[in-house]
Amino acid sequence: MSQTGKKLLAVFRSSIGRKLLTGVTGLALVVFLLEHLYSNLLYFSTDPDAYNENAHFLISLDLVYVLELGLLTFFVVHIIVGVSIYLRKRKARPDGYAKYQSAGKPSRQSLSSRTMIVTGLVLLAFLVIHIISFKYGPGIEEGFVVTIDGEPVRDLKRLLEEKFQHPAYAFGYPFVMILLGFHLRHGIWSAFQSLGAMNPRLTPVVYTLGGVLAVLIAVGFLVLPLWIFFST
Amino acid sequence: MTVHLRIWRQAGPDSPGRLAEYTVEDVNEHMSFLELLDVLNEKLITEGEEPIEFDNDCREGICGSCGLMVGGVAHGPQPRTAICQLHMRHFNDGDTIVVEPWRATAFPIIKDLVVDRSAFDRIMAAGGYVSVKTGGAPDANALPVTKEDADLAMDYASCIGCGACVAACPNSSASLFTASKIAHLAMLPQGTPERRRRVLNMVDQMEAEGFGDCSNHAECEAVCPKGISISAIALMRREYVRAVLSS
Repeated sequence: MSQTGKKLLAVFRSSIGRKLLTGVTGLALVVFLLEHLYSNLLYFSTDPDAYNENAHFLISLDLVYVLELGLLTFFVVHIIVGVSIYLRKRKARPDGYAKYQSAGKPSRQSLSSRTMIVTGLVLLAFLVIHIISFKYGPGIEEGFVVTIDGEPVRDLKRLLEEKFQHPAYAFGYPFVMILLGFHLRHGIWSAFQSLGAMNPRLTPVVYTLGGVLAVLIAVGFLVLPLWIFFST
Repeated sequence: MTVHLRIWRQAGPDSPGRLAEYTVEDVNEHMSFLELLDVLNEKLITEGEEPIEFDNDCREGICGSCGLMVGGVAHGPQPRTAICQLHMRHFNDGDTIVVEPWRATAFPIIKDLVVDRSAFDRIMAAGGYVSVKTGGAPDANALPVTKEDADLAMDYASCIGCGACVAACPNSSASLFTASKIAHLAMLPQGTPERRRRVLNMVDQMEAEGFGDCSNHAECEAVCPKGISISAIALMRREYVRAVLSS
């Protein structure tokens, strides 16, 4: 292996390297979430075709496979490193305390920070179901088709409206989005700290903004299924 | 005042341990927590029982020898103090207080409340020093260090190596300890020539000792008797990236 390759491997095997990796991949996934949120919210656009048009535009991109492969890599790395951090933590203190509590401020320990592995694994399970339901769900051949600019396009909007008629989807989705909010509450600011981008003045600001962004993303995602369920 | 104690007793490194219950009456509120244990130990010795082992030395909050989980918090409920500086007036009559040793694979229990913290010594030995020739003492102000850097270096240098950061960390990470040493020396010109190998070697040693990874809970900062900021950890990560990129 080349010298650079060896060096890279050494970084990924160090505790700081693992933090850098979770941080970088985590922030990249937040960027993806924001794009996804924008696409979702097009459902509420005054133009009834905006949602399907945008979805069609995204899957027609020449680089769509490159983007999907990149996204998959970010997810896989984020998950592997996250799980390995959890396993190391278990090994570093096999016998816990009879009594343990947080000392309070300036600690950032919270329900959110303690449950990253749980919320993360639920999100992973959700992601699998989500991709099967929508990305690999019924398409043009199954009759989910709409004509935009004279071209037949997959009617994802109709699929969405049908899926969210089921209470399991309509309420399961928002529940997982609340867990996503918890994951991001600790995750966003923590990513910046992991990348070494923090100092005593920045930390409270980024911590607060991270919380606000977490709430906005969670709420942004959960309104759509609830809206569809209650309005139709 | 009277306090009820539930204290971890363990005869040796490989013996099973348990929480033993004791009641101490006539506790003076001006006693430190360690003096409470002294009083209890005198009673145990008189009664022919084995006294409770605990580490302590200066009892002035500056040596870093003492350290106990008291009521589930490293160094007890009062912020920015070592356990020797926590006085019984911070407790109430009739309280039940759980006392446990630092718990981490890298800090094996020797006996009762005493743990082996030599993992910290080995992290220090991996690079927490300056070995460059600095010559005789330079003339005053001949070596320029800005006031801000000097102050920050002093803040990071105030680490007494007590291990509370590891004990309180949900992941048993030694990041705050290691980062304080790295940050302290990175702020000063004397530490600059070796900064690259220092961060790489100390981080490697931290890993080898079996401490967990940092998850940015910042619990360490809350229990640190010197209140060292987790900004040290951010700085350690920047030092690490810089070291890897510059080699």
